[in-house]
Amino acid sequence: MKKFSDKDILLAGVGVTKVFGYGKKKKTAVREVDFAFHKGEIISIVGESGSGKTTLAKMLLGLLKETNGRIEYEGAPRRLKGHKERRNYWKDIQAIFQDPFSSFNMFHRVEKLLRDCIALQSLELSKEEERRRMIDACSFVNLKFDELYNKYPFELSGGQMQRLMIARIFMMRPRILIADEPTSMIDACSRSTILDMLMKLREENGMTIIFITHDVGLAYYVSDTLYIMEKGRIVEKGPAERVILQPQHVYTQQLIADVPKIHEEWNLA
Amino acid sequence: MSRKLADLQPELAPEPLRRVLEVEGLKTYYRTRLNEKVFAVDGVDFALEEGKALGIAGESGCGKSTLSMSLMGFYFPPLYYGEGSISIGGIDIMKLGKERLRKQILGREIAYIPQAAMNALNPTLKIIRFIEDLMKEHQPKLTKPQVRAMAEERFRTLHLAPEVLDAYPSELSGGMKQRTVIAISTILNPKVLVADEPTSALDVTSQKAVIRLLKELLDKKFIRSLIFITHELPLLYHVTDDIMVMYAGEIVERGTAQQMVFDPVHPYTKRLMGSIIVPEEGMKDHKLSAIPGAPPNLKNVPEGCRFAERCDFAREECRSGKIPMRVEAGRTYRCIFGVDTLKEWYADEEVQR
Repeated sequence: MKKFSDKDILLAGVGVTKVFGYGKKKKTAVREVDFAFHKGEIISIVGESGSGKTTLAKMLLGLLKETNGRIEYEGAPRRLKGHKERRNYWKDIQAIFQDPFSSFNMFHRVEKLLRDCIALQSLELSKEEERRRMIDACSFVNLKFDELYNKYPFELSGGQMQRLMIARIFMMRPRILIADEPTSMIDACSRSTILDMLMKLREENGMTIIFITHDVGLAYYVSDTLYIMEKGRIVEKGPAERVILQPQHVYTQQLIADVPKIHEEWNLA
Repeated sequence: MSRKLADLQPELAPEPLRRVLEVEGLKTYYRTRLNEKVFAVDGVDFALEEGKALGIAGESGCGKSTLSMSLMGFYFPPLYYGEGSISIGGIDIMKLGKERLRKQILGREIAYIPQAAMNALNPTLKIIRFIEDLMKEHQPKLTKPQVRAMAEERFRTLHLAPEVLDAYPSELSGGMKQRTVIAISTILNPKVLVADEPTSALDVTSQKAVIRLLKELLDKKFIRSLIFITHELPLLYHVTDDIMVMYAGEIVERGTAQQMVFDPVHPYTKRLMGSIIVPEEGMKDHKLSAIPGAPPNLKNVPEGCRFAERCDFAREECRSGKIPMRVEAGRTYRCIFGVDTLKEWYADEEVQR
């Protein structure tokens, strides 16, 4: 069990709230959420559909602006005003999404998709160095660059695309990775492969990974800390072992009881 | 239940389990743009007994969804029928014409629920209209109030609110829509219900409700048997009696759910079951097994065992000839090695870890 001290806090939020709509149609998607994510920590935010977990993820990424509350990055309030500030922030925080098909520009070949990662980091590299980095990234995820570089995204299989997405993360080397339902579209075997790769990535550069998922088993298996969300609120948080094996909140207990297990009876009532 | 009945009425002793569905040597293929045949289901044999639930597991692309669509006997290009027979209640449905198949078999003998079944509902129609449509085709003599009474009763027995019948699909939640579709498609009491990933778009609470509904349909004998396809193995374990594992268009192992999850024989099943993640004590220290590589391209399947390329235990002799199903020590699987040999290897592997 890893211990994290307050010194290592990378991303923190106090009273973060997101409200959609106005007047009568006002809907509070995320309600006064507090969190603190540390360096090298693996966090899972677990909740059912409609619990606000994706909205929270989008706020963390800076794609949505919080209505209330504040988000701090490296101890100072996060500023995302200008183009330059956003660009710097997104160098440090990256995301992978559930549907790999929608995350690639379908008009670009694989080579261009990977080269964009280098361009984003504004590195001045020679042609050979660029190529070497792309080959490295592909071999990290067990893809062969020579076979793929000339292909368009739709020519790849789902698993290949998911891995290519991780190759991009490998090239960007962000400090925080947000994985929004990264494995819900793929089968159990490929899930293990993807998880292995993400864990390897974390060991290499001490990345913080935030999983957004409804898969309780996955959350328990990979993460150090769990946040359980219900209707926009965080109802329970704590070390994964404690939250799963001794849940305190009624909702968490219900959620864990609903998941089919293999060594215990599954109560259908 | 059946035993008690037999005690009271000795002349009604339990008959041996009747086979509801029998599939023999079924081959179906996709035709590509280049006019190649890709056999997604390549020689599948299995039988399903009355009252049983059979699970089909496997990686994406192993042919489990194609198999489930093929069972309907209704083929849409680019999927074509190759050879083999599908008998439901003793009738070979592949010998029937398309029109007879549609009128007599689909919905009555066998029903199919695809993954995104809830999207099958036309958003401009109330739920009751779907049932009326169905009845117009299959039981044209029923009047509208009769259909309604019947639908209401069915919904009530299945613990679904009858008010749903007057709702538009957009007024229902995802899980409710899914359950409604299942209720509608089983209203003619089909012998076989094929459910292809019915829960994978739902969260755990709605998933549980759908499973409860499927179990209820089986218990109340509205359906005689269930074929359940999912890649979520813990779920499969709880829902089904038997599990069949497919790989590259072939069945590689079949056994009871208990055997398959805790004591798999085939190396592929072993790896597949090693990738299960559940929120249970001790799970965190468990090492997940990942299978290197990808399934073979079905356009040119390798000679011999199709899994050999990715198998840690593959030998030279695995790569030639056709590997038949092997029945040994009460297990059915497709491998050239005996149960004891494989078990020994698994034990060695465990030690090495």
